[in-house]
Amino acid sequence: MIARSSSLQSLLLAEIFVAVALAPPVLAQQTADQPAAQPATPTAAPEASKPIPPIQPQPSTVPGRPDIPNAEVARELRNVAPLPFGAPEDKLPIPQLKLPKDFKIEVYASGIANARSLRLGDKGTVFVSNRLLDKVYAIVDRGGRRETKVIASGLDRPNGLAFHQGTLYIAEGTKISKLERIEDQLDNPPKPDVIYSDFLNHQSHGWKFMGLGPDNKLYVNVGSPCNICEPPATNGQIRRIALDGSGAEVVARGVRNSVGFDWHPVTKELYFTDNGRDWLSEDLPEDELNRVRKTGQHFGFPYCHQGNFTDRELGWGRSCEEFEKPVALLGPHSAALGMRFYTGRMFPAKYRNSIFIARHGSWNRTKKIGGDVIVATLNKDGSVKSWEPFLTGFLQNNQYIGRPVDVQVMKDGSLLVSDDHAGAVYRVTYGGDKVAKR
Amino acid sequence: MRRFLAAAFVLLPALPAGADSLEARLAACLACHGEKGQSAVPEVPSLGAQPAFYLTIQLFLFRERLRVVEAMNKVTQGLSNAELRDMADFIAKLPPPRPAGDSPDPARMERARALIAQHRCNFCHNRDYSGEQNVPRLAGQREDYLVRALREYKSNTRRGYDASMADVLYAIGDEQILDLAYFLARLR
Repeated sequence: MIARSSSLQSLLLAEIFVAVALAPPVLAQQTADQPAAQPATPTAAPEASKPIPPIQPQPSTVPGRPDIPNAEVARELRNVAPLPFGAPEDKLPIPQLKLPKDFKIEVYASGIANARSLRLGDKGTVFVSNRLLDKVYAIVDRGGRRETKVIASGLDRPNGLAFHQGTLYIAEGTKISKLERIEDQLDNPPKPDVIYSDFLNHQSHGWKFMGLGPDNKLYVNVGSPCNICEPPATNGQIRRIALDGSGAEVVARGVRNSVGFDWHPVTKELYFTDNGRDWLSEDLPEDELNRVRKTGQHFGFPYCHQGNFTDRELGWGRSCEEFEKPVALLGPHSAALGMRFYTGRMFPAKYRNSIFIARHGSWNRTKKIGGDVIVATLNKDGSVKSWEPFLTGFLQNNQYIGRPVDVQVMKDGSLLVSDDHAGAVYRVTYGGDKVAKR
Repeated sequence: MRRFLAAAFVLLPALPAGADSLEARLAACLACHGEKGQSAVPEVPSLGAQPAFYLTIQLFLFRERLRVVEAMNKVTQGLSNAELRDMADFIAKLPPPRPAGDSPDPARMERARALIAQHRCNFCHNRDYSGEQNVPRLAGQREDYLVRALREYKSNTRRGYDASMADVLYAIGDEQILDLAYFLARLR
C-alpha cells in the first residue's frame, strides 16, 4: 500500500515538517457552557499611545458579484481529502504532537490507509475500519512486534465495528455483518455473514458508527442523508438491534450524524457525539456531546442546533425547549467523532471515567479548529464539568498533518488513537518510568 | 499521439516496457479521453488540466474497484501507487478542454448561476471551475458526462471519494442538473 517517492507524498511531508515551534498548543481549561473555541495564543494588548488601526474590509465575495466567492475565503472552505495511501512510518507526524506532562505517544501501526474506528478483541487483536476505502484490518501484537492483516475487503464504507464474545460485527453503508471466531482465523477469515440490512442507500452520512451496548445489543448510527433536511423517518437516529439482527428499536432521534458513542461505566447511560450542520456560519452551530436518559429522546436535528437556536429554514414554528439539550458543546464544525470513557488504570486518577473524544477537525470554517483529542470531565450527576485539549498538534498552519477519528482504551490502560489522514494508529501511554528511559 | 507518448516516456524513464507498460496504458487512456485533453466520445470525460490529486484518487478508486467502470478497472489493474501518480501527473498536464461552441441560451446560463450561488459550487471547484487538489475541473467538460455524473451522485450510484457531492445533490432536481451541465460545458 505504501509508496515512498512521489510528488504528492512530498507535499504531505512538506506539511509534516513545517516548524512545530510556530504553534505551541496552549492547554486551556474550557467549561462546557462557554462557547468552545480553539485555545488561542494570547496576544499583547495594543499600547495606549498607538491609535487602533481600522479593521480592513475583507469582502467574502467579489464586489458586485455575490455569486462569486472571494478566492481566499473559498480556498479555506474546500473539503479536505486524505491521500488514499497510508504514509510510511517514518513520515508520521509524531514529532509535532503534544500531550500533557509525562504522557508519551508512539506509532502503534502504520500504513493503514484511512484508519477509522477501533475495536479491541478478547485476545488483544485491534480491529481498524475504513470509511473511504473498503477494508477491515486486524493488528496483532506479539510481544511488541505488530503485524497488520486485512481481514475483509470489497466492503461498502465499513466504518462501524463492534466486538462480542469472539465475533466481530461490521456496519457497512447498508448492512451489518459478522465474522465469528475471528481471532482464531485472522489468516484465513471467512466472508462476513449478513445479519441486518434495513437501511436506505445514501452516500451523504451513509457510513455507520456501531458499538456494543451494556445490554449486549448492537447500537448503530443511521445518519441524515444531507447537510440539512427533514430526514426520512428511518434516518437521523441511533438504532439498536439484537445480535441476531432482530428487534430493531430507535434509541435516539433528531441526530444529524453521530460517529461516536459509548456508555458511562457506572450509570450505563449512552453518551454520543453529533456533528452540527454545515454552511450556516463560521462559528455556529457547535458539535454536540449528548446524553440519552430515556429511550427515544429527540436531540433537535434538523429543527434545533446545539440546544439553543432554531434552524434558519426548518426551525420556524419550533422551539429548542421541545428537544433534549447537549451536555457539552465541542466547537463549531470541529467534527467530534469517536469517544470512549476512560476505564483504564495507567493514566492519573483524574482521567478515570472521563471521556476522550477525537475531533477530526473542521473543513467548513476558514480558520480550522479541532484535529485533536480532547478529554471531558464529568460531574457525579453525569453532567459535563469541563473539557480540555489532550492530544494536539495535528493542525499546523491551518493544514492537517493528521486527523484523529477514534480512540480505544487498551487493557493496560494505554489509549489508541486512529488517524485517517496519515493512515496510522498511535498509542498514548503515561508514566514517569517510560519518560525517564527516553 | 506519438508526441504525447514520447513525452510520457521522458516523464517515466524507470518504467519497464511491455504490453502493459504505462505508455501502452496511457495510449489507451488518450484513445477515449482525447489526446489533447478533450474527449470526443459520448459520456467519456475530458481530462485535460484536471488536478493531479483528483486524478490520482479516481485512478486509485478504479484500481480498487471502489468505482466500477469496467474499462477503467481494467486499465488500472496491477498498477502501483507510484504508477497511478505518474499517470495522473501526465494527464494533468494535457491542455484544458474547450467549451461547447454554440451560443449559450442566456436564460439557462442565468438559472445555473443562481443555482451555483445557492449551492456554492464555485467555493470548492474554484471561481473559474478549474478545480484544485481533490476537487475536479468542471469548466469545458462534456455536457453529457456532467449530466451523467450529477445523476449518479444524486441517485447514490456513484460513490465519490467523500460524500460532498451527495450532500449537495440532495436538494437539486433533474431539471437543475441539466441547467448546471449546460452552463459548465459552455463556460468561457
